[in-house]
Amino acid sequence: MLLLALDTATPAVTAALHDGTRVLAAAGEVDARRHGELLLPAVDRVLAEAGRKLADVTGIVAGVGPGPYTGLRVGLVTATTFGAALDVPVHGLCSLDGLAYASGLTEPFVVATDARRKEVYWARYADARTRLTEPAVDRPADIAEQVAGVPAVGAGALLYDTVFTGVRRDGPAHQSAAALAELAAAKLAAGEELLPPRPLYLRRPDAQVPANYKVVTPK
Amino acid sequence: MADSRGGPLVLGIETSCDETGVGIVRGHTLLADAVASSVDEHARFGGVVPEVASRAHLEAMVPTIQRALKEAGVAASDLDGIAVTAGPGLAGALLVGVSAAKAYAYALGKPLYGVNHLASHICVDQLEHGPLPEPTMALLVSGGHSSLLLAPDITADVRPLGSTIDDAAGEAFDKVARVLNLGFPGGPVIDRYAREGDPEAIRFPRGLTGPRDAAYDFSFSGLKTAVARWIEAKRAAGEEVPVADVSASFQEAVVDVLTRKAVRACKDNGVDHLMIGGGVAANSRLRAMAERRCEDAGIRLRVPRPKLCTDNGAMVAALGAEMVARDRPASAWDLSADSSLPVTEPHVPDPHGHGHGHGHGGHDHDHFHELSKDNLYS
Ligand SMILES: [Zn+2]
Repeated sequence: MLLLALDTATPAVTAALHDGTRVLAAAGEVDARRHGELLLPAVDRVLAEAGRKLADVTGIVAGVGPGPYTGLRVGLVTATTFGAALDVPVHGLCSLDGLAYASGLTEPFVVATDARRKEVYWARYADARTRLTEPAVDRPADIAEQVAGVPAVGAGALLYDTVFTGVRRDGPAHQSAAALAELAAAKLAAGEELLPPRPLYLRRPDAQVPANYKVVTPK
Repeated sequence: MADSRGGPLVLGIETSCDETGVGIVRGHTLLADAVASSVDEHARFGGVVPEVASRAHLEAMVPTIQRALKEAGVAASDLDGIAVTAGPGLAGALLVGVSAAKAYAYALGKPLYGVNHLASHICVDQLEHGPLPEPTMALLVSGGHSSLLLAPDITADVRPLGSTIDDAAGEAFDKVARVLNLGFPGGPVIDRYAREGDPEAIRFPRGLTGPRDAAYDFSFSGLKTAVARWIEAKRAAGEEVPVADVSASFQEAVVDVLTRKAVRACKDNGVDHLMIGGGVAANSRLRAMAERRCEDAGIRLRVPRPKLCTDNGAMVAALGAEMVARDRPASAWDLSADSSLPVTEPHVPDPHGHGHGHGHGGHDHDHFHELSKDNLYS
């Protein structure tokens, strides 16, 4: 088994290879504006580092978000196109689950990432492997009571630390495809279903129906 | 090797606006032209909504690639290259296609060619009328662009002579259709109404046609406003708006300016071929008037069939095939989507590559060896 994991749902553009036992290589950069440029070179690097070919990959795992859409789509379209070209299965995992898994926490906690527009994407966990709530997008102030004092990881928690007062500064701030790959390998080994590789947008597209035709003749 | 089979076999991906297009060509021969459009999702907004378009591209990408391969009856492993629209266009929409093209090219071990959307609109005519004359004069008219371009070499030398200073021609069609409550997109429906109307009924203004105006630039904003005012005056007077006459007279004004300036550009530059492309090239009156004026001026007119004029993947594949045939350098794996890619850049070669000398047929692509020595198939 050789899993290629990708995630572009957050500012981290990250890729990793996992052979079913361990992570063979991981690469990535944190740059919220260059997902499109950085992802393929990152994939190329992990393959080179592990001395493997893309053709050896037996499955692909992609973070499905939630995350800002333009970046999120880069990872998903890359994963599904690889899947089509190689004829291998493509699995989705909630991107917040990757951060949760990387935290290694054994107590209840929350994961929060930056959703921009002064909002966070977040979810509650019982432990690093167990999510309790569906991912949501909210203004930090609106969930302050629910998250105050609760251990929290992720860039969203760090950004709004007056709301996420239990934030763990030593916890993972950014998504890593290595954690995503480990989680996927564990779930696959346990026979758990993964998600289809479809984006979790959580918001409807910004689209205003134009107001009725505007009169241009001066009155 | 490619030439013995009739030219390079190239798959092209286009996602610059609301059409997810995947085309496959062999040299100048069209093998497949698969398009998934999200136009119906935009209709209720009266225009293309970028986020709606991007979401639709992601959903349609892989199925459209697979449909094109099936239609062409070729195996992905036989392709000589993957071409993709790198720009100009909607940033988020372009990014879906560019990311898909990179992944596909990388997975198959094929060179990637990021190409210019406007140059592709010109090059698609090779699929209809054979090799482009050099130079070619091109009039590109759509909802997103209205330009006169002189192309001595479609893979390397495209010169802008003029373009719209405000609205694109297709945009004017959309806006007038909205004033007339005819829905979106406006081009086809106005064309239909105009056939029943009198093009001389109302004399609408012809923008930028004065003696001191820029000879090759266009302006459709004033025309659009004049049409809106005329309709409002009718409505204010409680009279019925003659939709067919308004459509015909408006369309006549647009087409008159477009063809007049295009023919003049040909004459001024000593070019005896005019190519017309873009969605508005499907307009029946534009085709008819261009035919007459070109014939009068001794210019040979080349207009592809309507399906090749609107955005599609075949046009991208056509330009990609020409890049391969002329040994143009491939693009790098960090190719970006450039929403304002200048028309003077027909493609985006690897800035760190060796410039030229990439063979075609899937061997010896320098950019490949730089980045992925061990990761190719075979
Ligand atoms: Zn176009």
